[in-house]
Amino acid sequence: MTVRPETVEELPAATEMGVVEERFEVATPRQLIWWRFRRHRLAVASGIILIGFYLAAMFAPFLATSEPTKAEAQRSLMPPMPIHWFDDSGFNPHVFGTAGKRDPKTFKRVYVEDPNKKYEIHFFARGFAYKLFWLIPSNIHLIGIEGARTDEALFLLGTDVQGRDVYSRLLFATQVSMSIGLVGVMISLTLGVVLGGISGFFGGFVDTVIQRVIEILRSIPTIPLWMGLAASLPREWSVLQIYFAITVLVSIFGWTELARVVRGRFLALREEDFVTAARLSGASRPRTIFRHMVPSFSSHIIAASTLAIPEMIIAETALSFLGLGLRPPAVSYGVMLQSAQNIQTVATTPWLMVAAVPVIVAVLAFNFLGDGLRDAADPYSQ
Amino acid sequence: MGYFLRRLLIAIGTLAVVSVVAFAIIQLPPGDFVDAYVGVLESMGDMVTEDRELAMRQQYGLLEPMYVQYFAWARDFFSGDFGLSMEYKRPVREVIGDRLWLTVAVAAASVAFVWLMALPVGIYSAVRQYSFGDYAFTFIGFLGLAVPNFLLALVVMYFSFRYFGTNVGGLFSPEYVDAPWSFAKVRDLLAHIWIPAIILGTGGTAALIRIMRANLLDELRKPYVVAAKARGLSEWGLILKYPVRVALNPFASTIGYIFPYIVSGSIIVSVVLSLPTVGPLLLRALLAQDMYLAGTIIMMIGTMTVIGTLISDVILVLVDPRIRFTGHR
Repeated sequence: MTVRPETVEELPAATEMGVVEERFEVATPRQLIWWRFRRHRLAVASGIILIGFYLAAMFAPFLATSEPTKAEAQRSLMPPMPIHWFDDSGFNPHVFGTAGKRDPKTFKRVYVEDPNKKYEIHFFARGFAYKLFWLIPSNIHLIGIEGARTDEALFLLGTDVQGRDVYSRLLFATQVSMSIGLVGVMISLTLGVVLGGISGFFGGFVDTVIQRVIEILRSIPTIPLWMGLAASLPREWSVLQIYFAITVLVSIFGWTELARVVRGRFLALREEDFVTAARLSGASRPRTIFRHMVPSFSSHIIAASTLAIPEMIIAETALSFLGLGLRPPAVSYGVMLQSAQNIQTVATTPWLMVAAVPVIVAVLAFNFLGDGLRDAADPYSQ
Repeated sequence: MGYFLRRLLIAIGTLAVVSVVAFAIIQLPPGDFVDAYVGVLESMGDMVTEDRELAMRQQYGLLEPMYVQYFAWARDFFSGDFGLSMEYKRPVREVIGDRLWLTVAVAAASVAFVWLMALPVGIYSAVRQYSFGDYAFTFIGFLGLAVPNFLLALVVMYFSFRYFGTNVGGLFSPEYVDAPWSFAKVRDLLAHIWIPAIILGTGGTAALIRIMRANLLDELRKPYVVAAKARGLSEWGLILKYPVRVALNPFASTIGYIFPYIVSGSIIVSVVLSLPTVGPLLLRALLAQDMYLAGTIIMMIGTMTVIGTLISDVILVLVDPRIRFTGHR
């Protein structure tokens, strides 16, 4: 094993090679994985971006400027508001009040800035009441404006047809869309580890049957099946029930890749000396599996799970986009994109497509992070 | 042949799973076919007595156990009788019409695009590893893998409208939409089909380029390539004649996975680009709970995928002698 430059830099006292090598030799697998992962700049950056996504989801009501369902026909389809950073007195971010009028020729609503109504933007302003983490009541928001209610005058990314603030909805959509990926992957992971484990550990006939089932599931066109099953969910179900039903649907087809990885690792480890040793010294089967085998490939499972999350996010977005997934008042990226389905909205109100941006960024970031983790997962290989 | 037999069994298994799901989807909404049919009759001013309802249930076999009904439905499906569309009040077969073949055309065009793009680009990327072109294709490939194709369709639609003022939706120019099939109409179709084909094929192309590049890189490092080079064979003649042919094998086998992916994606892309394929029809049928239509379309898409995958398996067996002789790779 060669000594990596980073490890040398981190030990100022370690000018002699011997010390460095010793440090490398006594490092735990976890440390080795971390050192190796850190070398993938793109994967680290992706990880930071994703932490940002989940922080935004956790603090969504604090970051939002308006409640996600607060509608007002008078503010329908407002374009994104420009922030004016300077005024006569120097740096002083503010927005102007707007007045909506109907264009007599096209009957479209047009909005003009009213220079007499000037609202200064402040940090930690008071706004609508909410409960942080569903527990702590508060009404303090990261930004707000002076001189009017924030949720009636500040629309950073414009409004949708019903006059709801797109920026705030985007934050609440992050909660739903990003958590569906996590919950879905947990269901897939359970199925994948159990079935892949059985397949790889026992082999023989059971293995053949499970492998054939996986091959069949992989050759099914998933989107039409999802559409059919999602459309037959009862209309009267609550938002929460639909959320879980969609998550389960999405993960039914997502476990095959995880099962394949787990089976592969089991097959590779089954013949290893340390497994034989464990068995010979009388360890029970569950103990052999969970104490000795699983820790040595848990990093592979984490990598494979990370790569499975973006597929779940895309699946939910696709279903909701078609109107078969989550239903209003739930708000997810797909639900928001539903309004951008046809050429008219795309052409006249392009800001309604903004929800496509976080989908693409999150999916890319998960893919890069997963690739980096997969390369780092086996720290003893070259 | 053992390999082909195994693939055939998987194809049959896939069809069985899809048919059970399709049948379940037809059955899921409350009420059965007769309830819906009576609704249609009564909306046309016809009164239906309970005796007649019962007689109809008997006639259609709706009083039989579920599995008998399933087999009857499957038998009807494969003999071309798909039932009645509630929304259009016409046989499902008529409602679908040309749309099935247009779906096949879009998927086939997309697969053709994937092959035509991935092969030369993959070879180029491997032979000129770490060149500017290699990096550029890798970057585009990653984007293609990550952007879901319906979002790509939206973005393409926006930019073509914004900067060229054209609507990229549809498969025909307006004057050909309802025209009977003719040579000019086929030419018009070819002029439109490449946009959805590219949008659908991007993800698959990106994946195949990566596979082709990795396979060929492994092959290029082998001693026989060096030996052949040392004997003075021209670089491209050598590469195309030996390593590329070996690297092609796994390339052919992945087509089997790419085809279901493309067909599946075509449903939702068709909705965005409003193509006259089965995609928008399936969505409308599901939203209106027109279940015979929806179940039939799902079953047709499944059958289409299975046939496409089988064709790629046959190609693979023909291309790779290792499969022909030993039954596995």
